[in-house]
Amino acid sequence: MNTDLIVAIVVSAIAYGTPLVLAGLGELLTERSGVLNLGVEGMMLMGAVTGFFVSQQLGGPGWAVLIVAMIVAAGAGGLMALIHAFLSITVRVNQIVSGLALTIFAGAVGLSSYVGQVWGIGGQHGLHQLNRVDLLGLGELPVVGPILFDQDPFVYLSWGLVVLVAWYLYRTRFGLYLRAVGESPRSADAMGINVTRYRYVHTVVGGALAGLGGAYFTLAIAPIWTDGLTAGAGWIAIALVIFAFWRPDVLLIGAYLFGALSSLGFTLQAHGVQMPSEFFSSLPYLMTVVVLAGASTTLARRRIGTPASLGVPYAREEG
Amino acid sequence: MSGHVEAGPTSTGTATAGLVPAVAAAGVTKRFAGGVVANDRVSFDARRGEVHALLGENGAGKTTLCNILTGLYRPDEGEVQVNGSPARLHSPHEAQRAGIFMVHQHLSLVDSLTVAENVVLGWSRHRGLRYSPRQVEAEIAEIAARYRMQVDPRARIWQLSLGERQRIDILKALYRDATILILDEPTTVLTPSETEQLFSSVREMVAAGRSVVFISHKLPEVLAIANRITILRKGRSVTTVDAAGVDARELARLMVGHDMPAGRVRRAANGSGAAPADQRGVLELESVCADGDFGVQVLRDVSLSVRPGEIVGIAGVAGNGQRELAEVIAGLRSHTRGTVRVDGSELRGGDPRAAINRGIAYVPEDRMGTGVSPSLSVTENLLLKSYRRDAPHAGPLLMMDRADTQSLALMEQFDIRTRGPHALVRQLSGGNVQKVVLARELSSQPRVLVAASPARGLDVGATEYVHGVLVDTARRGVGILLISEDLDEIVELSDRIAVLYEGRIVGIVDAAQASYEQLGMMMAGAA
Repeated sequence: MNTDLIVAIVVSAIAYGTPLVLAGLGELLTERSGVLNLGVEGMMLMGAVTGFFVSQQLGGPGWAVLIVAMIVAAGAGGLMALIHAFLSITVRVNQIVSGLALTIFAGAVGLSSYVGQVWGIGGQHGLHQLNRVDLLGLGELPVVGPILFDQDPFVYLSWGLVVLVAWYLYRTRFGLYLRAVGESPRSADAMGINVTRYRYVHTVVGGALAGLGGAYFTLAIAPIWTDGLTAGAGWIAIALVIFAFWRPDVLLIGAYLFGALSSLGFTLQAHGVQMPSEFFSSLPYLMTVVVLAGASTTLARRRIGTPASLGVPYAREEG
Repeated sequence: MSGHVEAGPTSTGTATAGLVPAVAAAGVTKRFAGGVVANDRVSFDARRGEVHALLGENGAGKTTLCNILTGLYRPDEGEVQVNGSPARLHSPHEAQRAGIFMVHQHLSLVDSLTVAENVVLGWSRHRGLRYSPRQVEAEIAEIAARYRMQVDPRARIWQLSLGERQRIDILKALYRDATILILDEPTTVLTPSETEQLFSSVREMVAAGRSVVFISHKLPEVLAIANRITILRKGRSVTTVDAAGVDARELARLMVGHDMPAGRVRRAANGSGAAPADQRGVLELESVCADGDFGVQVLRDVSLSVRPGEIVGIAGVAGNGQRELAEVIAGLRSHTRGTVRVDGSELRGGDPRAAINRGIAYVPEDRMGTGVSPSLSVTENLLLKSYRRDAPHAGPLLMMDRADTQSLALMEQFDIRTRGPHALVRQLSGGNVQKVVLARELSSQPRVLVAASPARGLDVGATEYVHGVLVDTARRGVGILLISEDLDEIVELSDRIAVLYEGRIVGIVDAAQASYEQLGMMMAGAA
């Protein structure tokens, strides 16, 4: 293996990992508040389709169109998450059922596919695409240049968000309250923390980040819309949160690891290494299964810090 | 360190101390769904610089009252006053702003966070977004030193003992300048030396002008720490007394009430027909020890014997080992030492099937969880214990028609009122559910029946029925161990009464002669 190949692998790992970083950070925030959102895949698809639609419709300078498209995509994800928040926090339906229902509702044969058809954007070639930005003119440096300084704005945004979320969780009062709400809503309530508000806010923000992650597919990776183009990235994001022990820094590394596995087949092929690409594209899912199985033992749950109230609705005068 | 002599920041001049109560409940009533009145016109007041004890048995309404004082529940009638004026306490947050803090029985700390993080949870001395661990840790160390508490601000809660956790909860309140601290049965989780430490911290707090509401059912410690004592009984505040002017005997009398309500008689007084005292017990426990759910020893050298035809009552305040005792006998919990014998031969611990085979029937306290399987039908629930032996079957197949016929007979015999053997148990009323449990347990011709709070939550008619079944069962020669927090029930039905206190049997008395005062003293650890 030469250096070029390694750089190529890392660069494509970042490309494929970025939607996972965004959606994973969102799910991390949601789960830290004690809400399990299995609707990530559906929210990503809604973000992808609405983002692409807006970028096709709006006129104006490309960068402005793309920013609006990203905001709309985040809004679409957030709106979906608001449904999940209402169902699971206010009505207290089973969170697994609610999340699955949303993914099926919005998924590849559901709402996202429907609006894609109604808007007639399938098969359109994208007018705008987020391009790489050579940061500080350092993109030409060997090895680190293409990896660190020649990425699209989404990637820089995701890096910023990782730092921001980590700082928020561990160095602000609100982050502390959030961790408490996810661990022990009763204690948090007794301390005067508004459990319902925390859960709503972090579920909606989580959904918005999932929408943004979805939009990365249609605005950055390839500017086209096809049904179900996220191809299970939402599920990988959920597994990733567990894999990362609910920590943003580990999540970033994990996302790139999963991204590398997703893209390894293509990258190797492009460099003349003959391996069946199906084998590599199945690897992230295999790894997901392994991680989920390993993390679900009681001992592991304790040690890695699963939010203790994850998936459990909270009601004050019960129990 | 000399810091501890400074008065607390909330200490106001002593001129007004004691005149206006720091906190008071005035005619507070709280009802719950199902018609339970947990607080019935309860009144009490705690002065500044005072330790005011709320004394009462389990179910007397202490915890409900505190949940009202701390804003978790709203009273249906009456009001809470802070510094003499009515206070709106609609959430824990509002109560805390009024200076009221509670150290909960189920401590409200977040396990995975550090001590410092828990202390600033919900409120910090520092406004603004940032949370600085180092700064908070220093502040905590300072408060801990002032009140002479040993605390490591960086430890995570799950690493601490229960006693240490309680200290953190108190520290948390002090960090927020609590003026009124409510301690809910604080000594339950403490060792004697930790209790001493707690008491000296409490004395420092009241010396600094704070008020402490101290909830307990243990007489010695109430007398040791309180200035005044309000006694709660069955949801009502009976009276408030000066701790200096009463003794344990008087308190016990106030706590458990005078005597049995009119119209009820002691079965033991009429000669119950139990086997003579020299006959061998059908169930014998010898020096039985067992651990609780958290690995702490909860049963200590329990020795006891139940003779055929005898009802032995286990009295005590909840949480003194009753549940564990029942579980040990039913084979649901292993004992760590001692022996359990049925009909003279030893019973292996922790094996429910062995217990069933040896003729132990068990009516558990947790009726819907352990007693029945709520989503199965009456017939299926009746079969649950006998499927292995007596259930009508053809090879491996149950013959449900015949099982239904059997259960119809049992439904008639035990007066189970429902639309039929296929009704799901969760659709039945509490009384009928308990009858299903009794029918199943007694149809297996047991030698011993362990009944834990068998009438809890039942209406008058069902209670009477259940009591009647117990008496009849004893008459047929079954030895019954009746575990209950309802002292009236115990006294009414038992031949002998054993009192459990902190996992020990502190006395066994003849039910015909037992006085409520004497039992109350034993239950509160003052005998």
